[in-house]
This record gives sequence, C-alpha cells and structure tokens, in this order.
Amino acid sequence: MAAKTLTIDGKPISAEEGATILQASEEAGAKIPTLCHLDGVYDVGACRLCLVEVTGVPKLLPACTTTVAEGMDVKTDSERLRRYRRMILELLFAERNHVCAVCVSNGHCELQTLAYNHGMDHVRYDYLFPKWGVDNTHPLFGMDHNRCILCTRCVRVCWHIEGAGTKNVSGRGAQARIITDLNIPWGESDSCTRCGKCVQACPTGALSHKGSTVGEMERDRGKLEFIVLAREKKQWVTAD
Amino acid sequence: MKVRLATVWFGGCSGCHMSFLDLDEFLIDLAEKIELVYSPVVDTKEYPEGVDVCLIEGAICNEDNLELLQKIRQRTRVLVSFGDCAVTGNVPAIRNQLGLGNEESVLQRAYIENAQHNPSLPREDGIVPPLLPRVMPVHEVVHVEHYLPGCPPPAERIKALVSQMLSGVEPKLEGAALKFG
Ligand code: SF4
Ligand code: SF4
Ligand code: SF4
Ligand code: FES
Repeated sequence: MAAKTLTIDGKPISAEEGATILQASEEAGAKIPTLCHLDGVYDVGACRLCLVEVTGVPKLLPACTTTVAEGMDVKTDSERLRRYRRMILELLFAERNHVCAVCVSNGHCELQTLAYNHGMDHVRYDYLFPKWGVDNTHPLFGMDHNRCILCTRCVRVCWHIEGAGTKNVSGRGAQARIITDLNIPWGESDSCTRCGKCVQACPTGALSHKGSTVGEMERDRGKLEFIVLAREKKQWVTAD
Repeated sequence: MKVRLATVWFGGCSGCHMSFLDLDEFLIDLAEKIELVYSPVVDTKEYPEGVDVCLIEGAICNEDNLELLQKIRQRTRVLVSFGDCAVTGNVPAIRNQLGLGNEESVLQRAYIENAQHNPSLPREDGIVPPLLPRVMPVHEVVHVEHYLPGCPPPAERIKALVSQMLSGVEPKLEGAALKFG
C-alpha cells in the first residue's frame, strides 16, 4: 500500500494510505483524546472529542474517521481545540445524570478522567436532569441510561466482535438511547449470548456487572483486544 | 491583617466540612493566617460583612439556602464551591429527575410512606424552610470564583487550594485534583 507523508504537530511522519489521523498520530507520539473510539472495532465519529485542526480546512475534523492525505498538516492540540473539547465534555455531563460519588465506575471512568484532564472544574451549562431508567433485568449485567454517553461502543462490539446484534440505538438527539433487540428488557433477549463484551467496552458506568457497587466497576479492555488480534492477525497473544 | 474566612453548609452531608477538619496540623498554621468569622463550627448567628473568602458546601435546596447565598455573595469577595454538591448538585439534585412537583413528592416519600412512627410532613412557618422546586449548583444562582470538586474533596486538595489563595496566587487545581466523586 502506498505511504502518505504528512506532518502531525510539526513532526514529519509517513502513514499507510487509508490510515486515520488517529492511527498516524500514535506514530507521531501525539496523544489525541478519544471517547467513542475503541481499538478493535470500526470508528463512527460519535463523540467529537478527537477533533483536530488541519491547515487549509476551516472546520475541525475528527481524527478517528478522517484518513490521512499527502502533505496534510495536522495540529492535535491548541487553545481552540482544548476549548471545544472541554465544551463537549461539559455537554455530556449536562445531558444525562452523572453523579460520580455514587457511580459504579467512579475512579475508573473514561469520561471522568477526560473531564479532569481537560480542566473541567464545573459544568457551565444547565444540567437537564432527564428522567432515564435502569435496566436490571439481565441476570449478569445492568444498564444505567443515566450514565450513557451514546458512544455506541457496546453496539459495535455486540455486532462486530460477538456477532450477536443485541444492542441497538433508537431515537434521535438527546432522546436517543441504547436498546436491546427491538426494545425489550435486556433479560428477555434471546439474541444476547451473555458474553459481556459490551460491559468490557463501555467507557462509563452505564454498563456494569451486577453486584458491583460504587467505584467497583473496573474493565479489562485487553480481553477485547485479544479477540480482535486473534481474529484479524491470527496471533494468540494478549495485547500488552 | 488576617484573612476573614467563612464556611457555610447548605444541602450537603457535612462531609466536606469533615474533610476540612481532616487538615489536621495545617489547621494550626491556618489559624495564624485566618479569622474564622462564620461557620458551622463557630457560633456566629449572622453572616458578617466584609468577608474575604467563603467555602460553600452543599447544593441550593431550599428557600433559606437561596436567601443566605445571596447575602453571602453581597458580603464576600471570593466564593469557592466546596465539594460536588456545591459544584454539580450531586446527590441532593437527584430529585430534579422527578420533574415538577418533586418538592412535595420527596417529602411524601420520606416522611409519610417510609415513616415508621408518626408519619407527618415537617412544616413550621419560619422554622422549616420550604424546598425549592429544583436543586441548583451554587454557580447557577450566583457568580462563583473557584471550584473545589470532590465528594468530599480530600484534605490535600483543600490544603492546595487554600494555600494558593493565602499566598496570593490565582488558585488553580489541575488534573486528578479536579476529579468528581
Ligand atoms: S459514568 Fe463516569 S462521569 Fe458519569 S457518573 Fe459515573 S464515574 Fe462519573
Ligand atoms: S452481553 Fe454480548 S451478546 Fe449480550 S448484549 Fe452484550 S455484547 Fe451483546
Ligand atoms: S452503554 Fe456505554 S458503551 Fe454503550 S453507548 Fe452508552 S456509554 Fe457507550
Ligand atoms: S473518538 Fe473520534 S469522534 Fe469519538
């Protein structure tokens, strides 16, 4: 495959044709913040946290779904980007009910970590305080819509790693939500194999193992990487 | 001149104040630099004029909270939202999810449905303040200068912010020192 040469944060690098800016940035040692991206499944550009500046392009582009081009000049960090990223994080907090103090993921949450790394000391937007429920009908797992950021990682692992197709999205905008099959309680699903991949994939406290209490929900993302690596590269090693 | 410090306890569990007391021997250093002019731990009834800094614990839940907060804003130079309830609404604001009329339904639930003895609503004009229809973080009501998140903020974090303020530098917490929860 042809290689493309480009600069990321002033560093000249070469990347495979078809690689995303996000993939290329790893080589350049630039750490772009991501939330909906998950190693091993395709990207959808849902969260917009990975926005970068590309010289000559007036709008900001998501690094996870933009492929590299010859001569591209990418900036992954700037005052403007940091301002937008913090804004995105604040909107995520305002849109649902995040009460870290009583959340299963407190201390192990990607949203929470990104928030403090972006200097989010408070949320400037009015909280919506929507009324969302919790689906605790599954024998092994729980789904708390209050903590869901609609990144669709669970949907993608369920369809494309497990191949079960249990998790889906219904509705639009702030009313969008993760559903089971054609919107039935999770516990009644025949398609769910109880593999738990969605729980491993979730960046927040939305999906958890039943019985975990505040701060207890830690995930082992290595398990997903192991499966993907084994399937795609026929390498049976844990990704570490 | 000693810094005139106040602390106030609104809709919170007092955990933030407990964490403040966890400052241990730093409290002794602090005592030399500040005068505690109003706080749940001192016996001042009226919030004084000319306060330099006020640490505000808790969300704004009832009419008393609202009235006192406005007074505090008028009489204080620097306000600090102290802990998650002040910063985000946190646990006290969960009732906002119940929508309109929750100020009635939560009392009903707590004092009637779940009462084991003498089910009755706590009502006494001028003594028991009526709940607001919606719990608010402090900055939704008045301008706040600094934020000190955490549930409660660990003593180290309080020390960092208070020390910065006392040494005259613009207080700024960063990274994990801003973690909620
Ligand atoms: S999901 Fe993360 S950000 Fe949301 S309440 Fe839980 S720990 Fe906090
Ligand atoms: S447990 Fe597995 S099959 Fe069931 S919803 Fe989650 S990813 Fe899909
Ligand atoms: S449940 Fe978790 S993984 Fe699924 S969309 Fe919500 S936050 Fe993302
Ligand atoms: S990580 Fe790129 S849009 Fe979410």
